[in-house]
Amino acid sequence: MNKYGMNRYVWVLLIVLGLVAPFVVYPIFMMKLLCFALFASAFNLLLGYTGLLSFGHAAFFGGASYVTGYLVKNSGLTPELGVLGGTLFAALLGYIVGSLAIRRQGIYFAMVTLALAQIVYFVALKAPFTGGEDGLQGIPRGDLFGLINLRHAYHVGGSPLGLNLYYFVFAMFCLGFWIIHRTIHSPFGQVLKAIRENEPRAVSLGYKVERFKLIAFVISAALAGMAGAMKSLVFQLASLTDVSWHTSGEVVLMTLLGGVGTVLGPLVGAFTVVTLQSELSSVGSWITVIIGSIFVICVLLFRRGFIGELGRLLKRSL
Amino acid sequence: MEISFQMVMSQVMLGLNNGVFYAILSLGLAVIFGLLNIVNFAHGALYMLGAYVALLGFTSLGPLIGMPDFHLNYWAALIVSPVVVGAFGIVVERTMLRRLYKFDHLYGLLLTFGLALIIQGVFTNFFNVSGDPYDAKPEILNGVVNLGFMMFPKYRLWVIVVSLLVCFGTWYVIERTKLGSYLRAGTENPELVKAFGVNVPLMITLTYGYGVALAAFAGVLAAPIYSVSPVMGSEMIITVFAVVVIGGMGSIMGSIVTGLLLGMVEGFTKVVYAPASSTVIFLIMVIVLLVKPAGLFGKES
Repeated sequence: MNKYGMNRYVWVLLIVLGLVAPFVVYPIFMMKLLCFALFASAFNLLLGYTGLLSFGHAAFFGGASYVTGYLVKNSGLTPELGVLGGTLFAALLGYIVGSLAIRRQGIYFAMVTLALAQIVYFVALKAPFTGGEDGLQGIPRGDLFGLINLRHAYHVGGSPLGLNLYYFVFAMFCLGFWIIHRTIHSPFGQVLKAIRENEPRAVSLGYKVERFKLIAFVISAALAGMAGAMKSLVFQLASLTDVSWHTSGEVVLMTLLGGVGTVLGPLVGAFTVVTLQSELSSVGSWITVIIGSIFVICVLLFRRGFIGELGRLLKRSL
Repeated sequence: MEISFQMVMSQVMLGLNNGVFYAILSLGLAVIFGLLNIVNFAHGALYMLGAYVALLGFTSLGPLIGMPDFHLNYWAALIVSPVVVGAFGIVVERTMLRRLYKFDHLYGLLLTFGLALIIQGVFTNFFNVSGDPYDAKPEILNGVVNLGFMMFPKYRLWVIVVSLLVCFGTWYVIERTKLGSYLRAGTENPELVKAFGVNVPLMITLTYGYGVALAAFAGVLAAPIYSVSPVMGSEMIITVFAVVVIGGMGSIMGSIVTGLLLGMVEGFTKVVYAPASSTVIFLIMVIVLLVKPAGLFGKES
């Protein structure tokens, strides 16, 4: 066990798993998983480490997904620039939403973020360049740096060349996850935890709490945006679902289910929810009922989530 | 475009019609929040449930109990639906919400969010998302009345009048009666009120029941105006959240007045610049956050 409370072998194992996964699991599924895992981890930075419940994170995820889709499809940018554009857009949006939302605390914070995200939803529904109900379809994946072909999402005839897109997504995921990890374990992250534990005390110790919250919000929004940007490349689609409150709720569930305030929790939560969704796609709209029931059970019976409960059993923080 | 007085007034009146729904729903949220410290995310879903109880009572209850000619009429639905939904709320409070009071308030929000998904999901499976008409509007409420400056549908006028009565009645009970004083004391200091021999847990249960019954009542009132659909609540709840952020949940009268005003502003926006009418409440919320972060009637804790 190192100073981060997590065995480094776990990290090596996870990276190896990530590298070989597309040979075992359907790559599109893996990429969806990585996008949502990053989304949930970014959300967890806010809920788990700063104590802020945002109920509007779909605005960043979906907003970036639209921007990336538009940049790649209509402006002909290469995918990495598209993802960069989407991420920057989400960061800017995060700055605006964050500045407004941190003016209120607790439950109001959740309602403000939900309502502001609804404005983004309306824009996505009504603006001339978002495709209305259809969303942006047929977003081209293009060539990374104009050189590396990302068009395929599967390995053709055993050749791994078709996996370029997967490894691009995996690399971006690792980057995002590393940024979150560094943030949590930095002095900055310690202040965030202090705010979570006792905000008045953090204020009295002289920390400019608002500024810390805002920076955390922007980082979280930007990484949620990065996840959404990659999602639009993987599925070649940016849709209203991405910006809807359902998606905001889903990311809350993933984080809660895996374990709020744990590093691995959002990954496990995203894995569980994404797997459930694909396994249960035959039940149609009953999935909403199932998701809702998991929410209720989770809140009533295991508020620490899978990883949180596991950590309690093993008596260490995961 | 020429904007006539008539046009403005008719949209403002229609807006007021939406406003009374915002008022009843945000009032219910405020009452629940005051005592339970929970933001009831399921409020929209229960509003929808209220409309469906009325609809199903009218169309399906008769055949179900073996009396095909039996229809639960509108007036009965106005009583039955809030009672049914209120009872449902009481069960929810007793079995689930009660376990969460000692934890962070956010868990209450998350639990009721899950409940909202379940309720909405169930109804989406059995009913048309585009909505079903509720044809049980009583004869006496058909037609229009002349308000002097415009002709206004009788039913909408009835909705406005009865909603205002319910809102101000609730305000009166809470602010001016002995029962209300227990409630307000319970909001301030539940431990102390308990020490005086008041059954606070029962009071909390009934408060939640009353709050959600209000939502169901609004649902029945809305049923003849809008088509009854599984998503009618989720569209409503987000707007009502914005209303609550603007008004602050600290004051009963504040939430009523804010709801009414915002409905009228929304109607007015329809005349001035129609595309903005669906977002104007959210934009007002932004302005309020910038100018008076605690909300118009709020006191920041």
